[in-house]
Amino acid sequence: MIEFVVHDENDSTGVVVVEGIKAGQEITGWVMDQDKTISMKVLSDIPIGHKLAIKPLAANDTVIKYGVDIGRVVAPIKVGEHLHVHNVKTKRW
Amino acid sequence: MGNNQFMGYRRDNGRVGVRNHVVILPLDDLSNAASEAVANNIKGCLALPHPYGRLQFGADLELHFRTLIGTGANPNVAAVVVIGIEPEWTRRVVEGIAATGKPVEGFWIEQNGDINTIAAASRAAKKFMQYASMLTRSQCDLAELWVSTKCGESDTTSGCGANPTVGNAFDKLYAAGCTLLFGETSEITGGEHLVAARCRTPEIADQFMKTWSAYNDFIVANKTDDLSDSQPTKGNITGGLTTIEEKALGNIQKIGKKCLVDGVLEPAQAPTGRGLWFMDSSSAAAEMVTLCGAAGFAVHFFPTGQGNVIGNPIVPVIKLCANPRTVRTMSEHIDLDCSGLLRRELNMDGAGDALLDLMMQTANGRLTNAEVLGHREFVLTKLYRSA
Repeated sequence: MIEFVVHDENDSTGVVVVEGIKAGQEITGWVMDQDKTISMKVLSDIPIGHKLAIKPLAANDTVIKYGVDIGRVVAPIKVGEHLHVHNVKTKRW
Repeated sequence: MGNNQFMGYRRDNGRVGVRNHVVILPLDDLSNAASEAVANNIKGCLALPHPYGRLQFGADLELHFRTLIGTGANPNVAAVVVIGIEPEWTRRVVEGIAATGKPVEGFWIEQNGDINTIAAASRAAKKFMQYASMLTRSQCDLAELWVSTKCGESDTTSGCGANPTVGNAFDKLYAAGCTLLFGETSEITGGEHLVAARCRTPEIADQFMKTWSAYNDFIVANKTDDLSDSQPTKGNITGGLTTIEEKALGNIQKIGKKCLVDGVLEPAQAPTGRGLWFMDSSSAAAEMVTLCGAAGFAVHFFPTGQGNVIGNPIVPVIKLCANPRTVRTMSEHIDLDCSGLLRRELNMDGAGDALLDLMMQTANGRLTNAEVLGHREFVLTKLYRSA
């Protein structure tokens, strides 16, 4: 059972692809580019389509997805925590 | 790809259509009522009401004419009745469409009134409907098909599933010699370097970067906060997309991994050759798909995450989705469920082939969900205020 997907093993975030993921659950992710699986404990409730951190991130770190910069961290994020507009902002506009 | 033939409508100018519409095309807002009355009188024809066409000028007026003429000239259209408030601009649209060789007649309301105009235009529409009903489909090569793409109400599943499915299909259509289109200038932001690197020549890359920079400068000059309150959209954010960069990287999955960008187009401008073209365009779904139709594209791939319901009056819009919740809650809108990609039940090649199968069925005449549900969004792009 795949509960989240990651584009590339060097990404800092993965996407939850099933409904109803709750804090405390142990979930399995598929790293698509390298075709391997990883597991981790989720620290937040995460809706389908939303992201979790798969690497620890500090303020001003760059978030990597698809192997590319997708924005900067504005509040520290632990592995397994919800990563979204409350802790990551665009570097554009 | 196996079967490279489909049954389409071959037009006098050599283009191939997959639909056979008779369009009642208003030049301007004032002519909508008469156009809709004609479409009510004559069963089966299609009025395309819109809010513009008065006191526009410069590049904005040129885009208005290019969009109307391009829509009438689209190979999915068999014949056109144009109705305007006055004869001069009406004739300009009629002459533009007539260059394709298809039947077109113009009518104007000043000094005639709505009722006489509707009567005369209805007689022309009746004649055109019977003409169109006599046309038959003939065998066409896949390479003659023009296919455009634009995504909407995207979420993170778009970038992992639905958009790369379009990309897989585009790589195969490119190899088959088709003419392909993508755009959404503002939604390339964060991945513009990746698109520039995919351009066939340095000159095309330079033209692409100039087009993207001009749009970005316009957004920076008019924005209200870091997200401009609309890009990503509220629906994108609800769906889990966080920044414009993340949205853009998902967006450009639609151009696949192999095909190269062969040219850059103005809004509603038709390509001059085969290959993959970038068109400067808004990322708003109905505006972009209307421009695709005006540029001559016959079929449209529309991946969605949260469930955009858009259609187009003349271009069949094929909707695909990889979000299992959206597929469940909005099944009547989703033509292809590719959520199996995210469960590893389906691979990308299989998803791309499923989309191409559906495209061939659509080209042969099968109606899309948007067509059956009556989605006919026709939205003109306006560049600036009228005089």
